Amino acid sequence: MPHQQNKLFKDWQGYLYIMPWFIGFICFALGPIVVSFFMSFTRWSMLSSPQWIGLENYSEILLRDPLVGKSLWNTAYYVLFSVPLGIALSLGLALLLNQKLRGIGLFRTLFFLPSVTNLVAVSILWMWIFNPEFGLLNRALEWTGIEGPLWLQSETWSKPALILMSLWGIGGGMIIMLAALQGIPPELYEAADLDGAKRWRKFWHITAPMISPALFFNLIMNMIGSFQVFTQAFVMTASAGQGSEGAPNNSTLFFVLYLYKKAFQQFKMGYASALAWILFIIILLFTLLQFNLSRRWVYYEAGGRS
Amino acid sequence: MSTLSRTKPMVGALRFGISYFFLVAVSLVFLTPLLWMISSSLQSLEGVFRVPFHWIPENLQWQNYRDAMTLIPFARYVLNTTVISIAIIAGGVFSSTLVAYGFSRFRFRGRDKLFGLCIATMMLPGQVTMIPLYVLFARLGWIDTYLPLIVPALFGSPFYIFLLRQFFLSIPYEYDEAALLDGASRFRIYWQIILPLARPAIATVVVFSFMGAWNDFFNPLIYINSFEKATLTLGLNSLKAQIIGAGQTQWHVLMAASVLVLIPNVLVFFLAQRQFIKGINVGGLRG
Repeated sequence: MPHQQNKLFKDWQGYLYIMPWFIGFICFALGPIVVSFFMSFTRWSMLSSPQWIGLENYSEILLRDPLVGKSLWNTAYYVLFSVPLGIALSLGLALLLNQKLRGIGLFRTLFFLPSVTNLVAVSILWMWIFNPEFGLLNRALEWTGIEGPLWLQSETWSKPALILMSLWGIGGGMIIMLAALQGIPPELYEAADLDGAKRWRKFWHITAPMISPALFFNLIMNMIGSFQVFTQAFVMTASAGQGSEGAPNNSTLFFVLYLYKKAFQQFKMGYASALAWILFIIILLFTLLQFNLSRRWVYYEAGGRS
Repeated sequence: MSTLSRTKPMVGALRFGISYFFLVAVSLVFLTPLLWMISSSLQSLEGVFRVPFHWIPENLQWQNYRDAMTLIPFARYVLNTTVISIAIIAGGVFSSTLVAYGFSRFRFRGRDKLFGLCIATMMLPGQVTMIPLYVLFARLGWIDTYLPLIVPALFGSPFYIFLLRQFFLSIPYEYDEAALLDGASRFRIYWQIILPLARPAIATVVVFSFMGAWNDFFNPLIYINSFEKATLTLGLNSLKAQIIGAGQTQWHVLMAASVLVLIPNVLVFFLAQRQFIKGINVGGLRG
């Protein structure tokens, strides 16, 4: 065997096979990252040649542009509610599905279905659901005697509307949680039963640590995704035609939507690149923060808490 | 003793009942929007605005579907999206299997570092690369063509590479050894042993790749300008803009168009639910 390993080690053919990825990595990831970094120090409309302006884009973004603060606040609001609510709900649904009941597969299919659809079609559906006068939601609220808000047309309710809609599509996270729950060895619960442990104790001392890696994975992916929320806002909030996305009164102008408008409606490529780098740094910082915090609560079986 | 044997089944039945109650209640919450969409798509204009709403319309307005398909060149968009999706799936899945084979069946200097780099790019927010890529494709004269949608996908995707590599690693290396002793080339091993054995993993990747290509909105949005070159998703969005800008919103037609766009998704979902669950979990277990 060692001989075989050694022979493998010299196997230069491997480079040949990974070449497609490597070329793609250079052309479509590494190269553009480097170019984007330099572009963020320029003023460039693509019509003339780029003009080097040093840190001006960054000082404009961080000190003077009021829409940056607005879009950061909108994004933070969205992340802060959509991520914890989504994780709690996907865990709750996974617990509900983790029972040996007849027809449980059908329920799993139903809960999972909305998350594997087309986001533009789903956004249009929810525009109709959120219609203040004739939409499903306010009809239902009226039926219970509540006068529903204007949802997407209200500065106060536009973000909660998008958060509510995001909860409809948490099926993917739910499936990951369910697999984690089903991966817990039953012996652990049997041992706890012998010790006479109660349900809650079993949940906190067996279930919670055993699913914490899946919970952490969901948290990271959900957070990165939520920071980049775009399509729903783009499709659902352009009530006054192209260019009006983010309405009403910029209450759904999320960071990536703002970046898109700068780059592809106003063609401020340098400025948009600087915005992209700010977003990249924010996402990186929050991801690293979560990895650091995870040492306190994520349990990895092999090495105990690591 | 007698009380125990009597209460236990009762507690069991109660818990059983509560479980089903919640399962059914949540199902209703998840299903109602879809039923609302289908019901709306078959209403007349008066029907969608009627108070109270009639879930089953008196006359099923199938012509809403015809209207949706003529307001935008629907068949054309289906064709466009199919062509793009096939190119992305065929090219992307093929090169992802090659790369996964390289990362799982060979040992070479820097292999694990390179693989780590490949995984790390999954975390990279697309916004950082999209502007230089747009400029690059503009310089190449690729704006308003399908090349910016297809070409980057042909080099494999980190998620698919990761997924396939995990599967390849589970195939015993003895197969390769036996074939090598028989004088087979490494490519032949890939083609005749690994690929056939990896069919389930490839199916998963094909399903994910299809959903990604079919439902992509952002890339067509920035690269495709011509009305007749649009994809289905892009076309649906322009139909929305057209309908919402014009007086009383024809929600019944918009819902019919949305149902049409969702049909392939739902079909693929029901045919390939196992592949979805497998793919999501391989991704998730990495955590």
